[in-house]
Amino acid sequence: MSFVEGLSCRECGRMYPISAYNACEFCFGPLEVTYDYEAIKKVISRESIEAGPQTIWRYSDLLPTKATPNLDLGTGYTPLLRADHLASELGLRNLYIKDDTRNPTGSFKDRVVSVALSKARELGLKVAACPSTGNLANSVAAHAARAGMEAYIFVPANLEHNKIAMSAIFGGNLIAVDGNYDQVNRLCAELAMIHDNWAFVNVNVRPYYAEGSKTLAFEVVEQLGWQLPDHVVVPIASGSQLTKIHKGFNELATLGLSEENHVRISGAQALGCSPVAQAFLSNADYITPVKPDTIAKSLAIGNPADGWYALETIRKTGGGAAAVSDEELLEGIRLLAKTEGVFAETAGGVTIASLVKLVSSGVIKPDETVVAYITGNGLKTIEALGDKVGPTTTISPNIDSFEEFLHR
Amino acid sequence: MSVTVRIPTQLRSLTDGLAEVQVEGGTVKEVVTNLEQTYPGIGERLLDESGALRRFVNVYLVDEDIRFLQGLDTEINSGQSLSIVPAVAGG
Repeated sequence: MSFVEGLSCRECGRMYPISAYNACEFCFGPLEVTYDYEAIKKVISRESIEAGPQTIWRYSDLLPTKATPNLDLGTGYTPLLRADHLASELGLRNLYIKDDTRNPTGSFKDRVVSVALSKARELGLKVAACPSTGNLANSVAAHAARAGMEAYIFVPANLEHNKIAMSAIFGGNLIAVDGNYDQVNRLCAELAMIHDNWAFVNVNVRPYYAEGSKTLAFEVVEQLGWQLPDHVVVPIASGSQLTKIHKGFNELATLGLSEENHVRISGAQALGCSPVAQAFLSNADYITPVKPDTIAKSLAIGNPADGWYALETIRKTGGGAAAVSDEELLEGIRLLAKTEGVFAETAGGVTIASLVKLVSSGVIKPDETVVAYITGNGLKTIEALGDKVGPTTTISPNIDSFEEFLHR
Repeated sequence: MSVTVRIPTQLRSLTDGLAEVQVEGGTVKEVVTNLEQTYPGIGERLLDESGALRRFVNVYLVDEDIRFLQGLDTEINSGQSLSIVPAVAGG
């Protein structure tokens, strides 16, 4: 069952039928999936959701696929961890970590890819493709294998080794491009016009793909006992995830599943690629694209497609934005690991370091219920840690040697 | 000087289905003006009311986004091509 009405242009409102199409014919604005909320209201309830599978598909009434069946590697319903140690370190009372390191390929991208490729199959598309900074590549490769689809995955050639390996192992075509992500993205935008019967998950099927991120909002609210948090911190790459988390909170309120949405949304970026944070901090009404220079490669999008909407969402929800250095993000990874036992990739380090900044600058208030979205697993970006991690000591294989270390 | 311009799917209804067209122009702005003369209607799709490039349109001179160059005033050298690409992709 699907409650989708169609696609509408976010800029000018023109409507389009359901198809593999992502930009408005007239103004090039992004197309957004619209739903018949009155019809959904008649069938959905907290109980109907709670009776569903322990995956993103428990929210299938609010996703744009027909479930015939959906592609499923077990994505979603990841833990929402109460983070009391980190909270007391920062002077917060109620802090939670949405631990999306636990998805099948180790990042939130499994949410969007499950939806995108389920829809692609429904539309009769046989080839999966994407430009990626790594996490998406891992997820598309795995899901294409699961779906029996051919895959063409385009990544910057300088990607972390683990992300290359985790994309290649699933057997699709992995195309390393000599260029940065924005160049890979532009290449794919042009290729998608030539190979228009392929599913470029974040290009021509992007309207469906992006909807998958709403489940990050749905799960948090359900896991808080159907209460909205006061403030969430979300990393920004293209800006799509942040805007879709906002849409998710709105939908729950529209359907009467939660109280009215007053969640403040703050954005986290790496200083070496912070076009949205800089626009926010300088009060600009446009995003100036940048050439990325940061070890947070999964966030290194210099010309973010949804950057403008992310900026608008931060402003209208009363949130803030932070940009953190590579040094600060590495400290963020370490802080989260040692206080809460969660190992995040560089993007998670950006989120935690931004959380620290937003608390110390007073944007996040001590009495707010705060959720930080940790969207990728630390095992993927081990090399970013360099020589910052290693054994505490090296000893000889005898008791004396250890005791000597212990009483040093 | 004649410049090759790659046209995105969204605009091909205005270019008789052509994916590539040749127009005259020494800067990006001149190319857009001449595109409008040959293919009426294309100008308002690329530029907003103030004459600036629309937010969701990217234009590349060879491999570089013109926003990193001199925008619409970017000069085009002989043999260089322009690509018009919808911005809503990626991430």
